[in-house]
Amino acid sequence: MNVSFILIFLLFGAVATYFAGDKLAKTVALFFSLASVVGSIFILNQYNHGINSDFIANWISNPNLYIALKVDGLSLAMLLLTTVLTSIIIFSSFGNQYKNSKSFYALVLFMSFAMVGTFLSADAFLYYIFWELSLIPIYFIALVWGNGDAEERKKAVIKFFIYTLAGSLFMLVAFIYLFQKVGSLMIGDLYTILLTQNEQFWIFLAMFLAYAIKIPIIPFHTWQANVYQKSPTVGTMLLSGIMLKMGLYSVIRWQLPIAPFAAKTYMTILIALSVAGVVYGSTVALKQKNIKKLLAYSSLAHVGLIAAGAYTLTLDGLRGAVLQMIAHGFVVVGLFFAAEVIERRFKTQEISEMGGIRIQDNKFTSMFMIIMLASVALPGTFNFVGEFTLLYSLYSANIWFAIIAGTTIILGAVYMLKMFQHVMLGEANAKVFQSITTNETIVFVVIIVVLLFFGLFPKPITDLITPALQEIVAKINMQLNS
Amino acid sequence: MNTLIAISGLGILSLLAEIFNARKAIVPVTIIGLLAILGFNISTYNHLGAYYNNMMITDKFSVAFSSLFIVITIFLVALSHEFYKDQKTKISDYVGIKVFLLAGTVAMVSFGNLSMFFLGIEVLSISLYILAASNRLNLKSNEAGMKYFLMGSFASGIILFGICLIYGATGSFDLNTILLVISTQAYPQWYFIGIIFLLIGMLFKIATVPFHFWAPDVYEGSPALTTATMSSLAKIVAMATLYKLVMALLPVQMYSFQLIIVCVAIASMVLGNIMALRQNNVKRMFAFSGISHAGFMVSTLLLMSNAANTLLYYASAYAVAGVAFFAVVMYVTKDKENETIDSFNGFGKSHPLLAGILTASLLSMAGIPILSGFFAKFFLLNQLVHTGWLVLVIVAIISSIISVGYYFKIILAMYTKDSEHTLPKVPVMYQIVAVVALILNIALGLFPNVVLNLLG
Repeated sequence: MNVSFILIFLLFGAVATYFAGDKLAKTVALFFSLASVVGSIFILNQYNHGINSDFIANWISNPNLYIALKVDGLSLAMLLLTTVLTSIIIFSSFGNQYKNSKSFYALVLFMSFAMVGTFLSADAFLYYIFWELSLIPIYFIALVWGNGDAEERKKAVIKFFIYTLAGSLFMLVAFIYLFQKVGSLMIGDLYTILLTQNEQFWIFLAMFLAYAIKIPIIPFHTWQANVYQKSPTVGTMLLSGIMLKMGLYSVIRWQLPIAPFAAKTYMTILIALSVAGVVYGSTVALKQKNIKKLLAYSSLAHVGLIAAGAYTLTLDGLRGAVLQMIAHGFVVVGLFFAAEVIERRFKTQEISEMGGIRIQDNKFTSMFMIIMLASVALPGTFNFVGEFTLLYSLYSANIWFAIIAGTTIILGAVYMLKMFQHVMLGEANAKVFQSITTNETIVFVVIIVVLLFFGLFPKPITDLITPALQEIVAKINMQLNS
Repeated sequence: MNTLIAISGLGILSLLAEIFNARKAIVPVTIIGLLAILGFNISTYNHLGAYYNNMMITDKFSVAFSSLFIVITIFLVALSHEFYKDQKTKISDYVGIKVFLLAGTVAMVSFGNLSMFFLGIEVLSISLYILAASNRLNLKSNEAGMKYFLMGSFASGIILFGICLIYGATGSFDLNTILLVISTQAYPQWYFIGIIFLLIGMLFKIATVPFHFWAPDVYEGSPALTTATMSSLAKIVAMATLYKLVMALLPVQMYSFQLIIVCVAIASMVLGNIMALRQNNVKRMFAFSGISHAGFMVSTLLLMSNAANTLLYYASAYAVAGVAFFAVVMYVTKDKENETIDSFNGFGKSHPLLAGILTASLLSMAGIPILSGFFAKFFLLNQLVHTGWLVLVIVAIISSIISVGYYFKIILAMYTKDSEHTLPKVPVMYQIVAVVALILNIALGLFPNVVLNLLG
């Protein structure tokens, strides 16, 4: 079985979900997402046994473009992250009733399809198509099923769309330019070209626009908090859990190996921007009154650290970045789900209207606490592994960056604990908090198990991603030394 | 050549049907006839031929483009039956005119002689004047017809003047002879003035800045089906003809000529998109968006190699998106005084299929993958980088970003607002045309090779 089956399967799943009708939609969607998890594990197994699962076919002869999907440790890790998180996200929405749910779940699966395609593509043109394609479903999910005032939501979502589209069009220009130079957009050919300093600068900049908006890195983050808050929670989870990883993944896969000189030359600026995001995100999060906005800003801080690690150009930095991408994906989905669980009962996102939940529901409180502690990178959780590696790589680049970013972990603990205190502890709330359902428990338990298991035993993931990252670092160093 | 004769015959047939009182059969018979002609036309793909002292030359270029025109005409004729339901007695005229219009377009892409070219463009234009004013009880339609006629005949005059100058310089109307003269002998400088006149006239027909002023008014005033004909068919016909003229008459492009084209393209993209942002009438908006697309298409003139393929692809992508767009717009705005964007409020909820098709066509025109509009822009920009006019590429990218703003206005209206009025049942034919156009659109996107390799 080659990896294209997963893509076909997800696409077919999206269509099948649409035709299953409103009642069956979520079950069908869950079935297909779980099946895609099984498929990804099967591919993982093939990869471990050295069986080639790549897929290459001619697509357009002039210009010379391919449908090429490549499986290596890095893309496989992202594939698993996407399929597993999609299943969790779909399952987590079982407690909600969506109008026109057949379209809703079809869009979710379609989005998963596009994101998986982005992670697997080995031809820049195909990659670009998937990259853009993932924008359409999330646009509609946020627009149609979002919450809050329709006019404001419309503004937030269209801003997000135009921002991301504008950024990625510049990336397209970069690819067109590269195509003129190489005559192909296959990743292998792109890795071999040698560009002048000047060319590298422009290409790096064009790609940086696309990725910095997607990740987001300061000062391109202004779309984020509003969209996170206004989207339905499923949309927020898709955005924060998987979609922004597309940006980080692309930095590692496309940007750094193609233009390493530029990355090396402007390393200080890039890391400074990313670390500025960490500080800014944490500081602003302290002041937030809306729980989803608070989580959005905390997410901004965490991805800033990931980007900073990736831009150190060291193996440790890249490895930490990928580990933290996966850890952050799970933790952020868990956090937003906790917010959703509360919102389902209290019908509010305002922190001031919550409180006293601990007395009413112990089980939920403890699970929320574990996830919250994982998000502040408590030793023993997966996030600790990631953040520790990232800080270590920053330390080797410049000690001050490590110190600044490190202090924000403390700041992170402050706002998360403060949030937890206001939301969960205190006097019993006048409103009734119904105990969490079995479905909700399952979601939390799965996320916690993943976070704790890989926190104590990260070796399987490190082993999986390290060879691919070594290859990328070797490419970068080869270019830098030549 | 035989294609042209067959099409003219079909046009006469649809006029005769009126006499024999067979109105109901007109649309189906015409569609079947056009399908047959399409098949015949494709079968001549490999046969080069010149007819009547080089008056008509059929080559791959003419066959490919005329096939595209026939396909679009089939769509337009299919929409006619429903659109002219209230004027049953005139259906044969409307369909007949559309078929004759098609004959004009075929003449325009397969001419070998400038007089034939002029005949073609006049057949096309006069048919469009009639169609623009065809809603004769409506003041706006009359105004549109009058405006189009006055401005259009002026442009035709300029084209004719250009042809005369070229004749004066080279002593012939025949393309091959002209090419022979300019490549072997000294010739007067007014030859280039003649070309500039030709260019101006054609740019008027394509509606590029600064010759675009007629387009918004005429598009808005004309009946919706005529607007569809003008925007999807007439624009790409004129573009293909201009391409053929420039390639034939100007084997070596001077810098100054390229500069003119670049300026026209940039001005059209920027102005078209910015003006479209301010429109509240869907047809006007489409007129301005068409101006910006004209800017994209005009820039194919800068490419010497392989540009016919790119133009054919761009034109097909633009036309199928336009047909699907108008199939939906005609349904929504029927019996409405103004085609404002508000008419689309709540359309996403009441008609998910048609709303989805409209969304897809808009996304295609905005250049979002996997729809063909994206590929069209990609292939074009990919080749433009070669020519060295990077500024054009940058402007094209920026204007694509701007265009998202107004295309999404309609999408937002469909999905976020609630409708105030109910619409009648969806006519089956509109639905079929919209679905087929969307399928063509996606197929073009998935298999671009099919079109891209047609012209060698």
